[in-house]
Amino acid sequence: MCFAPFTAVALLFQAPIRESLVHLGGIDIAVIAIYFAMVIYIGFYLKGSANTSEEFFMAGREMTAWIAGLSFVSANLGSLELMGWAGSAYQYGILATHWYWIGAIPAMLFLGIVMMPFYYISKTHSVPGYLHLRYGDAARGLSAVCFAFMTVLMSGINMYSMALVMKVVLGWDLNFSIWVSSITVAIYVALGGLRSAIFNEILQFLLIWLGALLIPILGLIEAGGWENLKHQIAARMGSMQYTHLWSTTAHFRDNPMGIHWTGLVFGLGIAISCGYWTTDFLVVQRVLSAHNLRSARMAPIIGAGFKMMVPFIVILPGLLALSVLPFHLVPQDVAVATGQHSYNEVLPLMLVRYCGPGLLGLGVTALIAGFMSGMAGNVSAFATVWTYDIYGAFMNRKASDSHYVSMGRWCTFIGVLVSVGTAYLVQHAASIMDYVQGLFSFFIAPLLGTVLLGMLWKRATKAGGFWGLFAGTCTAIGLFVWVHFNPAALRYVAFSPDAKTMAEDMYRALWSCSACVVVTVIVSLLTQPKPDSELEGLVYGASRIPEEHDEHWYQKPLVWAGVVAVGFVVLNIIFW
Amino acid sequence: MKGHVQIWFFSGILLLVYGVLITGTGVWELSHPLANPPVLNNLHAPIWWGAIMAVGGLFYTVKFRPR
Repeated sequence: MCFAPFTAVALLFQAPIRESLVHLGGIDIAVIAIYFAMVIYIGFYLKGSANTSEEFFMAGREMTAWIAGLSFVSANLGSLELMGWAGSAYQYGILATHWYWIGAIPAMLFLGIVMMPFYYISKTHSVPGYLHLRYGDAARGLSAVCFAFMTVLMSGINMYSMALVMKVVLGWDLNFSIWVSSITVAIYVALGGLRSAIFNEILQFLLIWLGALLIPILGLIEAGGWENLKHQIAARMGSMQYTHLWSTTAHFRDNPMGIHWTGLVFGLGIAISCGYWTTDFLVVQRVLSAHNLRSARMAPIIGAGFKMMVPFIVILPGLLALSVLPFHLVPQDVAVATGQHSYNEVLPLMLVRYCGPGLLGLGVTALIAGFMSGMAGNVSAFATVWTYDIYGAFMNRKASDSHYVSMGRWCTFIGVLVSVGTAYLVQHAASIMDYVQGLFSFFIAPLLGTVLLGMLWKRATKAGGFWGLFAGTCTAIGLFVWVHFNPAALRYVAFSPDAKTMAEDMYRALWSCSACVVVTVIVSLLTQPKPDSELEGLVYGASRIPEEHDEHWYQKPLVWAGVVAVGFVVLNIIFW
Repeated sequence: MKGHVQIWFFSGILLLVYGVLITGTGVWELSHPLANPPVLNNLHAPIWWGAIMAVGGLFYTVKFRPR
């Protein structure tokens, strides 16, 4: 859910050519080569288990809670996100943690406890597929086309960003990075389908933790522990605000992000976070692959537990850099002009600081794995939505199952090729990145309103669903255009002229989600609802949720959700 | 995933191979010091971190080996 680093990464490309940050030795190259060999082998190994559409697109719905849960959180744990948020931690301090805690944990728990039963028992293949069952073809078509289009563009942007990072960090040629990564991803996803993508996401998850965990461990040893680190940062930056989560958010001007707690709680914690974690098919697809309802409910809860720990390998290195690096990092535009290191290079810089041969290769492999699995996630979700919700729904409804599998494989290749094309397009027009990420966020927040009302309110109608989604999306676009052409409008959109970009995003998401809900309710009340008999398995109050028979109380998803929720509250209080 | 090698086995193999390689590199560096050692090189992180990976990898490889 992090799109902030794109602009910065684009600027990297304009930076003067200088020596690469990392020099790899033979052992490091061997570590990277072994990873590529393993990934491709897994693709070939799983080819035989992706023969039916259920196997290719849904991994046969055979994943355990742990695999689905790790894959769910891993699909979001891209390298660009890691590097971007480590840079944000250096720039804004511990405030960046909000995107991992309030911006993820409540939404993930909500998905597992409230929403997953409806996704799962409806046996839908996708989020647009759920909209089809609940609201009909119009809402499904709008959702599917937007998602497919944006997903494949995002994949291209990720690919380009990876190539840029590899160029800056390792000195690798852009074309080499783009083609090697895209061909590898195309091979293993086209061969093994979603199962192959999920397997590689698990490997990526392990690699990211093993490759990045040494940085905070050694960093804390060097800094002399957390308390010493806080004092060192305060002394060096002249402020205590870098190590407090909430106490500086009473006013936009009191913190470096220019953010207010209402925006964090309602905009980030509800509209953006729930929109992303509960309706973005890229992540929801992983949970839908679970082998039973209990696993499907546990998967987001397990994912939330791990997500809560990610700041340890992302935010903490950024904070440590504030204390231990002998030089100051600068904003990207200054770095471009002066040749200094930018905020976004903090993670590779810390990697080089603590890791020698072998460990360096492991860290770089973790970055490459993160990029590739992010790309694979986008491509596999694109293939599913295209095949089921566009091609199968509107172009060829009566094809055989093998035909749809074949279409899925071709879609994977086509998706990768379009992504490569996007990568080259972005190379010549970097500003496209900002518009694509904007478009993506325009669609996600209103979709939350549509899906939530669909699941929780029997009275929501087919027309209400479509027009609500349409109105919410138009609201988001309208607000973006308004502020873009008239910056003074920020005082109305974000309630303060002091609000900064991230705060504007949060309030825009909140407005668009609210507009979607209001329009959906009004149109629904004016139109004819579906009878209850047609809502079985889709809506709260009209569905019988299958009972789960856990042998022990501690096996219940609700208990584990409670454990994660308590951990979430305690952490927020500790770092208040 | 009946009849298939589990992802945990693949993970175990990868960690085992990486662990052995990294530990070996760390041991090699004891007799061949680096020209530009990283910070806290005196803690010999490659040796113990690689060993942790190798042991974890070995455990997963054996526990989830195809039968």
